[in-house]
Amino acid sequence: MLLVPCPYCGPRNSADLSYRGETATRPDPSTTTPEEWRDYLYMEHNPAGWLRENWYCSSGCRRFFTVERHTVTSEFREPPLPGSKTPQPINGSNTPQPVADLAVPQPNTDANRKDTSS
Amino acid sequence: MIRRLEPQSGEVIDRTKPLKFTWNSKKLVGYAGDTIVSALLANNERIISRSMKYHRPRGVLTADYWDPNTTVQVGTEPNVRGAHRLLEANMKVSAQNAWPSLHFDIKAANNLFGRFLTAGFYYKMFIKPQRLWPAYEKVLARFAPGGVVDLNTPHGYHDKRYTHPDVVIAGAGPAGLAAAISAAQTGMNVMLVEHNHHLGGHLRWGSNRDRAVADELEVAARKAGVEILTDSTVTGRYDDNWVAISQRSHQGVVERLIKARAKTLVVAPGLIERPYVFAGNDLVGVMLSGAVRRLINMYAVRPGHRAVVLTANAQGDAAIADLERAGVEIVSVVDARVGETISKASSTSRKLASSRRLKSVTLGDASVVRADLLVTAVGWTAPTSLLNMAGDRPSYSSRSARFFPTALPDNVIAAGQITGDGSVDELIAHGTASGELAAERAAVVSHRLRSRVARAVTPTDTEPKMPTDHRVVLGRESHPEMYRSDTHGMVDYSEDVSSKDLLSAATEGFDSVELVKRFTTATMGPSQGKLETVNTVAVLAEARGETIEEVGTTVWRPPYAPISLGALAGRVFEPVRVSSIHDWHSAHNMTPILAGQWIRPEHYGDPNAEVTNVRTNVGITDVTPLGKLDLRGPDVAKLLNLVYTNQWSNLPVGRVRYGIMCAEDGVVFDDGVTGRLGEDHYLMSTTSSGAAQVWQWIEMWLQTEHPDWQVHVTPVTTGYTSINIAGPKSRELLARLVDDVDLSAEAFGYMNVRSGTIAGVGDCFMWRIGFTGELSFEVHVPAGFGAHVWEQLLEAGDDLGVAPFGLEAQRIMRLEKGHFIVGQDTDGLTKAPTTGLTPLIKLDKNDFAGKPELEWSLGAGAGIDTDTDAGTGKPELPVLVAITPTDPHLVPDEACQILRDGTTEIVGRITSSRFSPTLHRSICLGQVTPEFAGAGTVLTVRLCDGSDAKATVMAHHAHFDPEGVRLRG
Repeated sequence: MLLVPCPYCGPRNSADLSYRGETATRPDPSTTTPEEWRDYLYMEHNPAGWLRENWYCSSGCRRFFTVERHTVTSEFREPPLPGSKTPQPINGSNTPQPVADLAVPQPNTDANRKDTSS
Repeated sequence: MIRRLEPQSGEVIDRTKPLKFTWNSKKLVGYAGDTIVSALLANNERIISRSMKYHRPRGVLTADYWDPNTTVQVGTEPNVRGAHRLLEANMKVSAQNAWPSLHFDIKAANNLFGRFLTAGFYYKMFIKPQRLWPAYEKVLARFAPGGVVDLNTPHGYHDKRYTHPDVVIAGAGPAGLAAAISAAQTGMNVMLVEHNHHLGGHLRWGSNRDRAVADELEVAARKAGVEILTDSTVTGRYDDNWVAISQRSHQGVVERLIKARAKTLVVAPGLIERPYVFAGNDLVGVMLSGAVRRLINMYAVRPGHRAVVLTANAQGDAAIADLERAGVEIVSVVDARVGETISKASSTSRKLASSRRLKSVTLGDASVVRADLLVTAVGWTAPTSLLNMAGDRPSYSSRSARFFPTALPDNVIAAGQITGDGSVDELIAHGTASGELAAERAAVVSHRLRSRVARAVTPTDTEPKMPTDHRVVLGRESHPEMYRSDTHGMVDYSEDVSSKDLLSAATEGFDSVELVKRFTTATMGPSQGKLETVNTVAVLAEARGETIEEVGTTVWRPPYAPISLGALAGRVFEPVRVSSIHDWHSAHNMTPILAGQWIRPEHYGDPNAEVTNVRTNVGITDVTPLGKLDLRGPDVAKLLNLVYTNQWSNLPVGRVRYGIMCAEDGVVFDDGVTGRLGEDHYLMSTTSSGAAQVWQWIEMWLQTEHPDWQVHVTPVTTGYTSINIAGPKSRELLARLVDDVDLSAEAFGYMNVRSGTIAGVGDCFMWRIGFTGELSFEVHVPAGFGAHVWEQLLEAGDDLGVAPFGLEAQRIMRLEKGHFIVGQDTDGLTKAPTTGLTPLIKLDKNDFAGKPELEWSLGAGAGIDTDTDAGTGKPELPVLVAITPTDPHLVPDEACQILRDGTTEIVGRITSSRFSPTLHRSICLGQVTPEFAGAGTVLTVRLCDGSDAKATVMAHHAHFDPEGVRLRG
């Protein structure tokens, strides 16, 4: 089970939180079109790599927060501060350390996609 | 004859404690410390089971947890691993999968027809014609392996434990023990998990010196404060070292599932001995070297009389010494390291129902020797399961004839023999270094976790660097590659899959390791690949003319060993909620109903009489589970405008208003009333089941879209006890307990809210609303005084005929009144216009949740809905209507379909139905397509028994008092 870094409660089991999906900007309801609105409601991008997403700390502080998660390595980092483009490492150090984007692992080959057990 | 040896040092049995038990009703005696299988062998019982498909007689192969041939029934418990489960007094042990008896098994006839039961037999044979499947199923079920399930087995107590150790160590052999000691000595909190009953791993069945070392390590581990779990298995490793441990040794608990968040995990499982494939390799009397060493050294059981030993390694050599010491005659030693091998094993008889045992062994040079025991020591399988689960893809070394770990994340460390070979001292040194590394890394992980706790608090020291692995690497000894001899034999003992089956599957085109597995079921039985995976790959490699590395292996997934469903279910943690009046209900003939987490009174004996009493006199009901949110701040009206579809800006103080909430897709997800108690103070009520969801929904809008709005949200659902007082005499009743509020119709009208004192209890809220359709007051009383007010109401209204009513009466009355229930009369597709409340959808508001979808569904808005019906410009939403069956006594079940007459086209369904004690006829709500929604339309309802009934659509939702005269009185 993932340990999700709630900025207020600290690392918590993902079962203690509710996943709120990828971050997306709500279209202006007075001008939106069905295509745009339903894309916002239903479509996920699901990249193999860094993903910005929302969580709700439903069994803890009940705050909504945004983090970035690497969907392949399950690493977390904080999104950039307003006006910055540099993501923040999650370890809370005051001096932001450069977080190199992890190389996305090679596509699964036949040799490493094997599985067993019923 | 197999029997018990003289007392010897190192044995784990207690000869002062004999234990009586039965084996297929035969009375036998073993000792405390015996496993079921060691006790059976000591009693000269050599056939333990029949194989799954061919019902071949089977005896001990590995004499440990993974033995595929020793699964037995113990009392009512099926599928017990007899070579692992310890013997208990008066155990009733019996053989499984044999009928009528273990020694005479009729299904062994399968053996004769074996050539028809080849790989993929089931897939090919029982597919066509499909109409015969029920017959096939019956026959197959009779031939299914496994024990007998007793449906009357009493429930065992299972439990769960959550823990946060610094270091978890899987495996308590020399390396695991040493790692536990060195990690614990640094002050770390260490949990050592051993699959078997004894610590020490292979040292336990080794030499006197080996056992002495194991004892020393065990003492040191206990002294260092290591938490030791025996007969427990690390069954899985998940994200961020979430480790599952199945503990079978916890007092008073059948099995306990431990969920451990380990900072580091040390994997030290040792090695599993691999069987050799040759004709007759599953005969009774063919054993692996580890089995004879365990039987002789731990259980003092002589495994045979005349032995042939095929050895390719030091363990095989040690087995020869053990056998000689136990008085077994060694008739031939076949040394694989100099190229010698065996060809096949032959049995005493080829007769159908005989108890076939090993009689002779044909060696590689075609010479035949007589023997009743054939011991093989041909190599090792690395149980890399936990490493696989951490992302590792082990690589094969043909020089060492086994797989080795490659790359692991920082928080998982492989230790001991799984990484390489060495003397006991070298393994201990490797373990010690692994424990130190695990402790150092756990400290870094711990620092990282602490520093993540809050943005506001950062640790003062900088994060230490993750220590790199500087351990001395264990060597890798060369070992002959021994997989299959020149004959064909069993590869998967538990599934009865032979090397011939694998080759024929490959010939048929199932020649990838994944395909051959699924087609033949090799590796899919109870041993789950521990014994047979590498042999399967080796045979497939042979079929493809490739090497083992080229074929590749399968990935082991959790669980490493079986977990009982009871342990997974564990203990029920689900809380139960009751109101402050619950004890009164219980004492007054309540029939309870579980609604979500709440226990509520469904009725107090006769729900119809409760309805009639409310309609004629007055009733009170406990509606505490209604969600209640206290909203304060200058921007509450903005929030209400956003989450409800209707207008809230103009709600005066002292008034309440009904509203529906829609999700962003326009689907109704909750409804309720909200009252304005003061200038900046509101109380919102939600449905009982939607309380938590609405709170989260409101927090979401406030936190993510409008953090600038000043609104405080406090859930007060259980802070107030809520009582609904309903009926023509409700005003009269309440007035007897309230002095400070004018309850007259003129001063306190319908849809108003007042605060005041009830029966001496201050700070109560009263609002005039009516789910039941009667004059009614819903009062919210500080919860501590809920029972008091309830009892006072009953006492004060005795002469008015006051009586409590339950949920069922409330549901009948709301249906008589035509009020829908969200989630009952609506579903996950029901958009707001379906409910008939279109006037409550205020499209002139700038924004509210679900507004665009509702606009399109009403044919308005900026875009044109792509899902609209051609021509109309708006989608055809179903319509919620009241329905009366033509037969007044017919109450169709809820969810009965409504059909277009004469066809099977579904045009709607009944969503609610009851018999009305007020109207003396059946009443329903239902959703139908617009074509069928007009008043007077006659519908065809398909009942559960398949017959059809007619029903008519009503003009109003309300069957009773459609004008609402009673409500507003």
